Amino acid sequence: MSQTIIELKHVNKTYGDTVVLKDINIEIEQGKFYTLLGPSGSGKTTILRAINGFLDVTSGDVLFSGKRVNDIPANERKVNTVFQDYALFPHMNVFENVAYGLRIQKQAKKDIKARVLSALKMVRLEGYEDREIAELSGGQQQRVAIARAIVLEPAVLLLDEPLSALDAKLRKDMQYELRELQQRLGITFLFVTHDQEEALALSDEIFVMNDGEVQQSGTPVDIYDEPINHFVADFIGESNIVSGYMIEDYLVEFNGKQFECADAGMRPHEQVEVVLRPEDLDLTSVDQGKVTVTVDTQLFRGDYYEIVAYDGAKNEWLIHSTNPAKDGDTVGLTFDPEDIHVMRLNESEEDFDARLERYEGE
Amino acid sequence: MKKNTTNLAFYVPYGLWLGLFVIAPVLLIIYQSFFDIAGHFTLGNYATYFESGTYILMTLNSVVYAFIITALTLLISYPAAYLLHYTKHKQLWLLLIILPTWINLLLKAYAFIGIFSQDGGINSFLGMMGIGPKQFLFTDFSFIFVASYIEIPFMILPIFNAIEELNEGFVNASRDLGAKSWQTFTKVILPLTMSGVKAGVQAVFIPSLSLFMLTRLIGGNRVITLGTAIEEHFLVTMNWGMGSTIGVVLILAMFLIMFLTGERKRKGGRAS
Repeated sequence: MSQTIIELKHVNKTYGDTVVLKDINIEIEQGKFYTLLGPSGSGKTTILRAINGFLDVTSGDVLFSGKRVNDIPANERKVNTVFQDYALFPHMNVFENVAYGLRIQKQAKKDIKARVLSALKMVRLEGYEDREIAELSGGQQQRVAIARAIVLEPAVLLLDEPLSALDAKLRKDMQYELRELQQRLGITFLFVTHDQEEALALSDEIFVMNDGEVQQSGTPVDIYDEPINHFVADFIGESNIVSGYMIEDYLVEFNGKQFECADAGMRPHEQVEVVLRPEDLDLTSVDQGKVTVTVDTQLFRGDYYEIVAYDGAKNEWLIHSTNPAKDGDTVGLTFDPEDIHVMRLNESEEDFDARLERYEGE
Repeated sequence: MKKNTTNLAFYVPYGLWLGLFVIAPVLLIIYQSFFDIAGHFTLGNYATYFESGTYILMTLNSVVYAFIITALTLLISYPAAYLLHYTKHKQLWLLLIILPTWINLLLKAYAFIGIFSQDGGINSFLGMMGIGPKQFLFTDFSFIFVASYIEIPFMILPIFNAIEELNEGFVNASRDLGAKSWQTFTKVILPLTMSGVKAGVQAVFIPSLSLFMLTRLIGGNRVITLGTAIEEHFLVTMNWGMGSTIGVVLILAMFLIMFLTGERKRKGGRAS
C-alpha cells in the first residue's frame, strides 16, 4: 500500500455564480505520475492552484499527509510548481535560478552548489550554470524550470501544461524525459495537460476533468478501454459513438441489429451508448460485415489509413485500417464482441466501478 | 531605392530638431564658455570654476539637495507606484497623480507661498492648535518639500510602468519556491523594476540640480544651486561665459548620471 500524501475532500470553488470546481475528491499517492486531463476551462489548473496554495477553495479540505493545509500560504507548502510559462527569473543566470529556493532556505553555500549542480545534471544541463535565461532554447528553459523545482525535493511536483510551449518533436522527447525523471527521482508528479495522448503516454493514473468535475479516474488503459461516458470516450482517443439498447446482459442492439458484447449489469432494454474505437474496426466484404458502410474520404496517416465512411442511417464511422479502401466503395465492417464498449447514460463513477467489479469478477 | 529615400525623409523632422535644439545649443554653450565677460577667448572661466571654491561648494550644495530631493521622491514614489498597481481604477488614480504636472510650475510655487507663509494655511492651523506661527517659507525644509512634490509624478510614472510590466508569474514562482513576501520583493520585484527606478532617478535628479525658480520663491535665495548661479550670470551679472561654463558642468553631470544609472551588461552575459 502506497501512502496518500495529498488528498482533496469535497473541494468546491465558485466565483460568484460561476462554479469552477464541483465536489472534487482526489487522492494522490507517493511516487506515482498523475495527470489532470481535460479541455481548457475544465478546472484542472484550478485544482493545481488549490494544491500549491495560490487559490482559496470555497469549501472542502485540502490535506497534505492527512493535515489540513487550506490556511497555509503557498510559500510554506511542501510542493513546487513548474509553471506553464516557466517564470524563470530573467535577472538571474541558470545557477541562481535553480539556487533560488535553497538560498531562501539559507542553506550553506557548499550544499547549495552541490545540490544545484546535481539538479542540473538530473535534467541534463551540466555546464549551463553560467548561461543567462534569454540565451536558452524553450526546451532548455523547461529543464531549468524543472531543476529549480526538484532541487527543493518537494513531496509532489506540480506541472502546469509544461510542454505546451514546445514544438511537436521536442514535446515527444520531453515526454520520455519527464517520465524517466519521475521514475528516477521517485517524486510524485501531478501533471496538467489538455493533450490526451500525452496523458495516456505518461501517467500511472489519469483524472479526466470536464466542467469542474472529475469525470473518471483510473489507469490510462482503463480509461481508454472503459470510458465511463460520452465525454470521456470522445475526449480520450478517437471513437465512434452510437446509441443503442441493452437487450440483456452481454447482448446489445444498435444500428438495428443485435450484437454479442462483453458488458453487463444494466437494466433490460435500457438505453445506452456504444463506443467502438476506430482501430478495432476491420474492413471486410459486405456479406461478412456486421455493419455496411460507404467510404467517403480516406487519409494516409503513415502507419495506417484513416477512413471516414457512412452507414445507411447516415451515421459517420471512423476507421483506422492498415489496408486502403477506395472512395465510394461499399464495404463491410467487422469487430469482436470485446471491442464493443457499452456506456450507461449519467452513470456516476462509483456505480460504474461497482458494476464493472461485479461482472468482471465473475 | 525609392523606399530608402522615403525612409530618409521620415528622419528629416527629427534630424532638424536634434540639430537645432539639442546639438547646436550644446555646442554654443561650450563655445561660449571659452569667452570672458569682455569677449576675449580664455580658459579662465574653467580655472575660476575649479579654483574659487565657491563654485565647487555650490556644486556640492546642488548635488546634496538634488540627492535629498531624489531620495525623498523615490522613497515616496516606489511604495505609491506599488500600491497603485494593486488598486482598482488605477488609471484614474494615475491621472490624479499626473494632473498637477499640467499646472504651471510658477503657479504651484505661488500656491505654496500662500500655504507656507506666516498667515498661510498651515500656520493658521498650527495657531488653532495653540502652536505659534512658525517660519516655513524660505527654509531648506520648504524648498525640499516643494521640489519633491513637483518631481514626484516624474518618479512614479516610470516605476509604475515597470511594475505593470512585471510578469505576475515571477512573483508566484518566487512564492512557490518558498520566499516570503519581503524576500520576493527584495529578490525579484525590486531587481526587475530597477529599470523604472533608474529612469525615475534620471528624470528627477538632473532637473533638481538646476532648479532655480524654486530656490528663489520657496528657498528665498538661501539655497543657491547651479541653476541659480546660471540664471544669475546670464541675467544679472551678464557674464555669459561663466554661466556657460556652469552649463557645461551640468551637461557633464547629466552624462555622469546617465552612465551611472544606465543599463550595463552583466558579467558573463551576452544577452541584451
